[in-house]
Amino acid sequence: MSNLLAARSQMGMSLAFHIIFAVVGIGLPVLMVIAEWRWRSTGDAIYLDLAKRWAKGAAILFAVGAVSGTVLSFELGLLWPGFMRYAGAIIGMPFSLEGFAFFTEAIFLGVYLYGWDRISPRAHLASGVLVAVSGAASAVFVVTANAWMNTPVGFRAVNGGLVDIDPIAAMLNPAAFPETLHMVLAAYAATGFAVAGVHALFILRAPHSAFHKHALGIALLVGVPAAILQPLSGDICARYVARWQPAKLAAMEGQFKTVAGAPLRVGGLPNESARETPFAIEIPRGLSLLAYHDPRAVVRGLEAFPRDQWPPVLGVHLSFQVMVGIGSYLALLGLWVVARRVGKKEIADSRWLLRALVLAAPMGFIAIEAGWTLTELGRQPWIVYGLVRTRDAVTPIPGLIIPFLGFTALYVVLGAVVVSLLYRQMVKSPDAREDSV
Amino acid sequence: MTIAVAMAGVIVVALIAYAVTGGADFGGGVWDFLASGPRRAAQRKLVADAIAPIWEANHVWLIIVIVLLFSCFPRVYADLSIALNVPLSLMLAGIVLRGSAFIFRAYDSKRGPVQERWSRIFALASIITPLLLGASIGAIASGGVTQSLNLLDRGASNMGELMMQIGIRSWMNPLTLAVGLLTLAAFSWLAAVYLCVEAKDDALRDDFRTRALWSLAALAALMILTPTLARAQAERLFSELMGQWWSAPYVALTVIVALLAAWALWSRRFALARLAAPAVVALVLAGWALAQYPYLIPNRWTIDAAAAPPITLELVLGAVMLGSLVLFPSLFYLMKVFKGQRSGGVGG
Ligand code: HDD
Ligand code: HEM
Ligand code: HEM
Repeated sequence: MSNLLAARSQMGMSLAFHIIFAVVGIGLPVLMVIAEWRWRSTGDAIYLDLAKRWAKGAAILFAVGAVSGTVLSFELGLLWPGFMRYAGAIIGMPFSLEGFAFFTEAIFLGVYLYGWDRISPRAHLASGVLVAVSGAASAVFVVTANAWMNTPVGFRAVNGGLVDIDPIAAMLNPAAFPETLHMVLAAYAATGFAVAGVHALFILRAPHSAFHKHALGIALLVGVPAAILQPLSGDICARYVARWQPAKLAAMEGQFKTVAGAPLRVGGLPNESARETPFAIEIPRGLSLLAYHDPRAVVRGLEAFPRDQWPPVLGVHLSFQVMVGIGSYLALLGLWVVARRVGKKEIADSRWLLRALVLAAPMGFIAIEAGWTLTELGRQPWIVYGLVRTRDAVTPIPGLIIPFLGFTALYVVLGAVVVSLLYRQMVKSPDAREDSV
Repeated sequence: MTIAVAMAGVIVVALIAYAVTGGADFGGGVWDFLASGPRRAAQRKLVADAIAPIWEANHVWLIIVIVLLFSCFPRVYADLSIALNVPLSLMLAGIVLRGSAFIFRAYDSKRGPVQERWSRIFALASIITPLLLGASIGAIASGGVTQSLNLLDRGASNMGELMMQIGIRSWMNPLTLAVGLLTLAAFSWLAAVYLCVEAKDDALRDDFRTRALWSLAALAALMILTPTLARAQAERLFSELMGQWWSAPYVALTVIVALLAAWALWSRRFALARLAAPAVVALVLAGWALAQYPYLIPNRWTIDAAAAPPITLELVLGAVMLGSLVLFPSLFYLMKVFKGQRSGGVGG
């Protein structure tokens, strides 16, 4: 494994790990706050039990999110000093703001988790709201930095450096709004459906548990609107990609030739050497329509770009297919839930809907991993699109395979422990508790 | 004073804040490891209860140091990340293990062996991480980092030499080891002092008073040893440290505050000790920064040469000020909720 490949793998692995905890850190506080608010307004003790249980999960997940996030802030330098030297001054702004968002989040999380009987009910609920708001804010800031890597603006590039930089313009880059909106919605959709799926499973086993029905209701309240909006925000993303990163769009679609009225491909396996994408279902003019809102628009294929500026086509195309497939499934499921609500029917009475929800439990997270793989692989070979190549940013330190393997092993173990603790703290039914406190 | 110098000052302040808050949380891990005697379980519980609600917030100071460093001095951040790649990577592993083992212990089965396993990991990581943090600081101050970077600039004609220098020599030598131990002793001392205030019964408080006095003795020994080693090994650092007009009064001030802390501990004026102890640590860190001024990395990057363009510095300074408006009231509230009732609301 080359040093560059080891660095890329370590970065990707660390981010893929962190994003799971970060997403829960954005979504779960919303669930906690709704549960606590319902408890205060209805007096139904089940809601209190729910809020406390979710808070336990949040405590574990936040701690791992915090330490894995720390690893990332160091890794930006440990793995990509060339990138930080080049771009630190221009993307430092969102990271600094993020730092303060973390502070607010960590402080009020401490207050929320350990302050149940130390502060007034109103202050407690307000702390929960602050945790939720600052969680979303930190996602917005860090994704803004990533958006700049995709659409770098706010400077002039002069022999290998940046001059006349404008960090505010850089923060307001063209990808910032589409990416942050899509990410925050993704976090709510993924957390909401994951929690809903777990409780749907329990309802299938014990159809009369009020506990699980309450939980399901709150989880769907958060997950469903986000899932229904997600394809729309995905469309906004796709249009910025079409405009600013045409090579990424071509790779997403497995489009090798430049044509007018390009088709939308469902499935298919792009073959870089044959320069074609067999086994796909093609929807005529679909891509031109979606990406440019014009069925006759010209879509530039990969052949319009030098061969050494192609991203890895297969990986990008497949990740996109996975994400869109899941996005469609979750949106349809969301509409189903809405339909039952409108028809005043209990969600829990439809066993098929419950089964479909169980199936959806891991899907939001899979879509998030796929979406990020698409974003990051699709940007290759650039670390800053069109300006700095990834290979020029990597550290000169040899032997990067060692930290890569070390951190991978560490994270595998942590992941396994977290899963077992979450099961112990959150999933086990209230009546089936053993030695845990 | 240029705005770059102001930002460097802000970074030093954030580092001090990390040392006196987050550092003490690592010190807590040391006392978990060394818990002993009839009140062993009570000692551990006191440590855990004191850390639990605040360690994540305290930890963010480190993140602030990092993001400010890479926004305002990107070249220094890049150079340090290269030259200190090995100790920083190991330190990260320590940070990950400390935080996760601590939280796992709280939420895992309460059976003895399970608890014992997480305690071990928590404690060992709490010991190793400050050692590596200190060694990294020692490597910057002593010029080890500068040597590594110079070697790298000359082109890696001699790969073995480079690996030796970056992998081991620059950060693992008597001087950096002494700085590492000093950091560990300082963090342990801070924790013991804070725990004296936190303890609710007298016997437990006495346990931590004894610990605070012993760790202060260790700290004092290391504060004498480190300059001695510096004189032998890093003459420049030593002369910077001791050769300024303000050196003698500064050292005298530090010694006086340390004596005050010792007296406060001895005479059981714990609230006073709780103020004096972090002041000592702050003085030592600020002394290092002053001695190194105007360099961020000795003989390589001065503050002004390494600084990002003024627009960045101005914006980040603005963000820091705006952020502080939110941060300090929030921190104050956190301390009031969790430390207020017992200690009269002293920070930390
Ligand atoms: C629950 C998760 C989820 C779901 C259901 C979807 N996405 Fe997504 N998508 C993400 C989660 C995600 C993500 C992981 O959050 C990404 C990575 C970067 C980003 O901002 O969001 C992403 C990126 C991303 C990008 C690339 C942006 C870039 O390269 O910068 C596009 C074009 C889309 N998405 C489009 C869609 C479409 C058309 C969907 C329709 C069904 C869709 N996404 C559903
Ligand atoms: C948390 C969700 C994210 C995931 C799962 C993710 C995934 C990945 C993957 C798989 C790679 C390796 C790509 C390759 O080299 O082929 C990568 C690289 C990288 N990512 Fe991300 N990423 C995420 C978010 C971010 C964010 C928010 C930033 C920056 C602010 C970022 C910065 C980088 C950098 C600097 C690299 C290395 C350079 C490169 O390969 O282009 N990533 N990421
Ligand atoms: C899309 C990608 C990312 C999102 C949405 C995200 C979001 C979050 C959120 C919400 C948290 C706090 C919640 C928790 O602790 O569980 C968090 C923690 C953290 N993240 Fe990320 N993050 C992302 C990528 C990154 C990257 C690329 C970095 C590094 C530069 C980073 C650095 C951190 C740090 C340092 C923390 C710890 C804060 C603390 O101590 O509380 N994150 N992240």
